[in-house]
Amino acid sequence: MSPIVSFRDVHKSFGAVPVLKGLSFEIEKGQVVALIGRSGSGKSTALRCVDRLEKVDSGEIIVCGHRVSDPKIELRKLRQDVGIVFQSYNLFPHLTVEQNITLAPRWVKKANRTSARELAKEVLAQVGLSEKIDAYPEQLSGGQQQRVAIARSLAMRPQVMLFDEVTSALDPQLTEEVLRVIEQLAKQGMTMLLVTHEMAFAARVADRVIFMHEGLIHETGSRDILRNPATAELKSFVGVGL
Amino acid sequence: MIASLLGISPAHWAALLAGLKWTIFLSVVGFLAGGLVGFIVALSRISDSVVVRAVAVTYVNLIQGTPLLVLMFVLYFGLPVFGLEMPPLAAACIAMTMFSAAYLGEIWRGCLQSVPRTQWEAADCLALARWERMLLVILPQALRIAVPPTVGFMVQIVKNTSVASVIGMAEMTYIGKLINNATFQPFRTYLIIAGLYFLLCYPLSWLSRRLERKLNVAHR
Repeated sequence: MSPIVSFRDVHKSFGAVPVLKGLSFEIEKGQVVALIGRSGSGKSTALRCVDRLEKVDSGEIIVCGHRVSDPKIELRKLRQDVGIVFQSYNLFPHLTVEQNITLAPRWVKKANRTSARELAKEVLAQVGLSEKIDAYPEQLSGGQQQRVAIARSLAMRPQVMLFDEVTSALDPQLTEEVLRVIEQLAKQGMTMLLVTHEMAFAARVADRVIFMHEGLIHETGSRDILRNPATAELKSFVGVGL
Repeated sequence: MIASLLGISPAHWAALLAGLKWTIFLSVVGFLAGGLVGFIVALSRISDSVVVRAVAVTYVNLIQGTPLLVLMFVLYFGLPVFGLEMPPLAAACIAMTMFSAAYLGEIWRGCLQSVPRTQWEAADCLALARWERMLLVILPQALRIAVPPTVGFMVQIVKNTSVASVIGMAEMTYIGKLINNATFQPFRTYLIIAGLYFLLCYPLSWLSRRLERKLNVAHR
């Protein structure tokens, strides 16, 4: 079976600054891949390339059968297959939790009002926030907002979920409630790419860890590499992280 | 007493109020038509197409860089040279529309762009089409921001309709000139006209400030 996400020799620069210098990796169906590395190592850029929030300069990216690196890609189709959750939640402040969740299913997938509300209830139950269905984002804590953002992505039934430092804006307690939701998704077999600074969390849920350094994969392997790093760079990085 | 309220005869009052009616008419046209064109200008200013953006920028710069008075002269006195003649009312309506569109377009562009980039991105990532993103995510948020400055700009529209008097449009300032020619009481006449403009504009200014405060309270 072909992988859900595949990067082949991907290059990307911002102006004169190269960020990705020939990145290649694959994510199989059901796999949880943690992308770690220092700030500026290119990990967030790599994640954003998956959903084509960034265009690559060269190389090939294929996600769920869509050629993302092709300039003529149908973004609407790609983005129905890819869910993404951001550090800053990015809920729509003028809409209720239910409306946030059902907006895309109703407009993009043409779901009717009743089935959309059922869908909202279902995904909210998944993230443990059923009672907040009629709340506005501002009435929720950061952790709750982030869980709603996860529910909003889940409502599109994506084949792969991307998490871009989703707990970086949260205190430890709120971080934990969000991580529990992600861990639950991992157990249910969701294919995921996590960019994270939570080393303990990566060590708990990741099937595979990719350590990026200066725009390239410096070390990769099972979660064990976090305990027994082979390279000096990863050693010093997890020394800081754990 | 009733014969001359504030020293102005009933006939002159009737003329003034007729002028006021045209001032309001010109203001409403300037706002509605200018708003419609201005919305297109705002969307063009944030278009992905370089050409569309350039056209919109050029338009805004041209209008903002020339006096409304000159624009009226060009339309009313200039265009007949090319056989394009129009009555003062039409020239004034077109000029007010072009004027309002440039300023409202810029105000609204700013409002659209003040919706955080991350909101546009989140809408993109949910597979919303461009128009869905604009209609469902960006516009509702930009609208809240846009209301106070828009109402505030309506004051500018009302005041600037007085410029149309120079091309013979019979709005309030023009009528005032006629009355002054008959009565030779410029201070009294123009003070009354100033008062009438104030009565039109002050409620708008007040509303704008009130909406701004309300928006700040509700600001998330």
